[in-house]
Amino acid sequence: MIRMENINKIYKNSEIETIALKNINLEIKKSEFIAIMGPSGSGKSTLMHIIGCLDKPTSGKYFLENKDVSTLKEDELAEIRKTKIGFVFQAFNLLPRIKVIEQVELPLVYLGIKKEERKEKAVKALKSSAFPEKFWYHYPNQLSGGMQQRVAIARALVNDPLIILADEPTGNLDTKTGEIILETFQKLNSDFGKTIILVTHEEYIAEHAKRIIHIKDGEIIADYEVSNRKIINNLQQKQKNEYL
Amino acid sequence: MSIFDLLKEALSSIKVNKLRSILTVLGIIIGIAAVISMLSIGEGAKKQLAQSVENAGSNLLTVFPGIIQPGRGIVSSGRGTAQSLKMKDVEVIEKIEGVKAVSPEISRRFQIVSSSGKNINSLVIGVTPEYSIVRNSKVEKGRFFSKNDLSRVVVLGPTTAQDLFPNEDPIGKTIRINKVNFKVIGVLEPKGSLGFINIDEVVLVPILVMQKILTGSEYLSQISVQAESSDLIEVLKEKITDELSKEHKVPRDNPDFSVIASQQFLNVFNTLINTMTIFLSSIAAISLIVGGIGIMNMMLTSITERTKEIGLRKAIGAKKKEILLQFLIESIILTLIGGLFGIILGSLISIGISKFANITSQISLYSIFLALTFSSLVGIIFGYWPAKRAAKLDPIVALRYE
Repeated sequence: MIRMENINKIYKNSEIETIALKNINLEIKKSEFIAIMGPSGSGKSTLMHIIGCLDKPTSGKYFLENKDVSTLKEDELAEIRKTKIGFVFQAFNLLPRIKVIEQVELPLVYLGIKKEERKEKAVKALKSSAFPEKFWYHYPNQLSGGMQQRVAIARALVNDPLIILADEPTGNLDTKTGEIILETFQKLNSDFGKTIILVTHEEYIAEHAKRIIHIKDGEIIADYEVSNRKIINNLQQKQKNEYL
Repeated sequence: MSIFDLLKEALSSIKVNKLRSILTVLGIIIGIAAVISMLSIGEGAKKQLAQSVENAGSNLLTVFPGIIQPGRGIVSSGRGTAQSLKMKDVEVIEKIEGVKAVSPEISRRFQIVSSSGKNINSLVIGVTPEYSIVRNSKVEKGRFFSKNDLSRVVVLGPTTAQDLFPNEDPIGKTIRINKVNFKVIGVLEPKGSLGFINIDEVVLVPILVMQKILTGSEYLSQISVQAESSDLIEVLKEKITDELSKEHKVPRDNPDFSVIASQQFLNVFNTLINTMTIFLSSIAAISLIVGGIGIMNMMLTSITERTKEIGLRKAIGAKKKEILLQFLIESIILTLIGGLFGIILGSLISIGISKFANITSQISLYSIFLALTFSSLVGIIFGYWPAKRAAKLDPIVALRYE
């Protein structure tokens, strides 16, 4: 589904050139759960941005569903993000003045989908991310961090994307809440077959994925299946609510 | 993104920053209100002028002694001093085809004393019965003069009648003009002022009496000519000039009289009023520009505050155009709200002015249309640049903005 060939990314700042990615070759299949891991400044965010069509490589080819997207224009990339990508960010990035349900509907607004259908899909996405119904009409600032991140996951799910890209999704959460979010991703992967790419700098978090791609100084230094995969499914619903 | 969603989006963000939006819109409200009230006063002045010209008599041409050039000073020319028009000219004009009625007039100010001892200074005009037709001035009480009237009788303007004979019927009473007794035989109906002369404050006497007893001179102050229809006015103006030049034995291109159509007065004054209105509205429009800068400032602040939001919207697939429209519509809504309230405030101001300052004002659809167009233009012009900036934001940079 994703194939990258000799991807390079160089940032030019007046006279200083910074190489962010060097010769990246990568293949990702449908329904994979991948963690991109590396220390800060390693280029993992840049790689995520290119995968998510937020940025373009300086050179190399990026095939998304066999279509070369590395040379597309800004608005063409927006079109791809709109239909094929779902983002989850570390800081949740919810809009403060909009209710949860409308928050989830937002990507569908840009897809030009009618109000009734939008609501239907948003409800489905909120259920998939295990977001409790009693908070659907709350505003983000009335919710805990874990709840806010679930709204963000539902928003990433709502357009039924090929890939969900999560950039340090547990970074702003405590360990227990973080685990609940990771469980949600695992469920989405196992139960709904969603392709998930998780970006993190913590090995513990990365081990919840099936495959780890290790990046350092812009290069892939390791790419392996997780042998001791951590799977969260032992938490009882009651306990979950306690932490949320 | 549908236009409905865009509008909803814009309204919700205006609502969030209520106080800031109100303060910013206030600038637009003041600008539009100023433009509206200036335009309506100008419009009112034109209407009032047209009304008073209509009152003075329709299809009117006036022959003055001396040279008068419209637009270069109607007042300063030799009115009253030049002596070239005589009763003989009236006969000449009467013979011209298309002339309906001719009214010769001699005017001069005199001191007037009523039998009850009231003393005023008033304009006395010597006229023929045609005056009543040409000047569209009817007698309200009593009667007008007959042709070739030689008796010492007067018809009073309504204001003069009120001044000389408060609370009594002036008909049959005696007044003294320049130490000569005259008997009041009629009172005119009220008409209001025309330019410099209040035609309700006059005393009319038979023209022959005026010549023989009061001025002792046969020269006329002016000859008013009524055309049979308005399309004849230009033709008549030429014909009168032709005939009178021949009669006076003066060259046609340098006559010793002037023929002026009342329409010409109207045009001159209208040009003057237009110039004033444009001048004043332009000053008012400057405040609109200041208001527009306020809108721009607010949009820039709001966009900076919402950088992260813009980043997110782009990440989930918003195109440049959609971001641009979102902010542009927000600023257009702001200025349109300003425009609407500005029209209301401006209308109240012009109604207030016409009530308390006694100036006619007329709110026209045209000025409302102009105000709305102008305010949405301000929204587009001053909202475009901030919106463009928002649309051009790099999503990665915008998402990282703190």
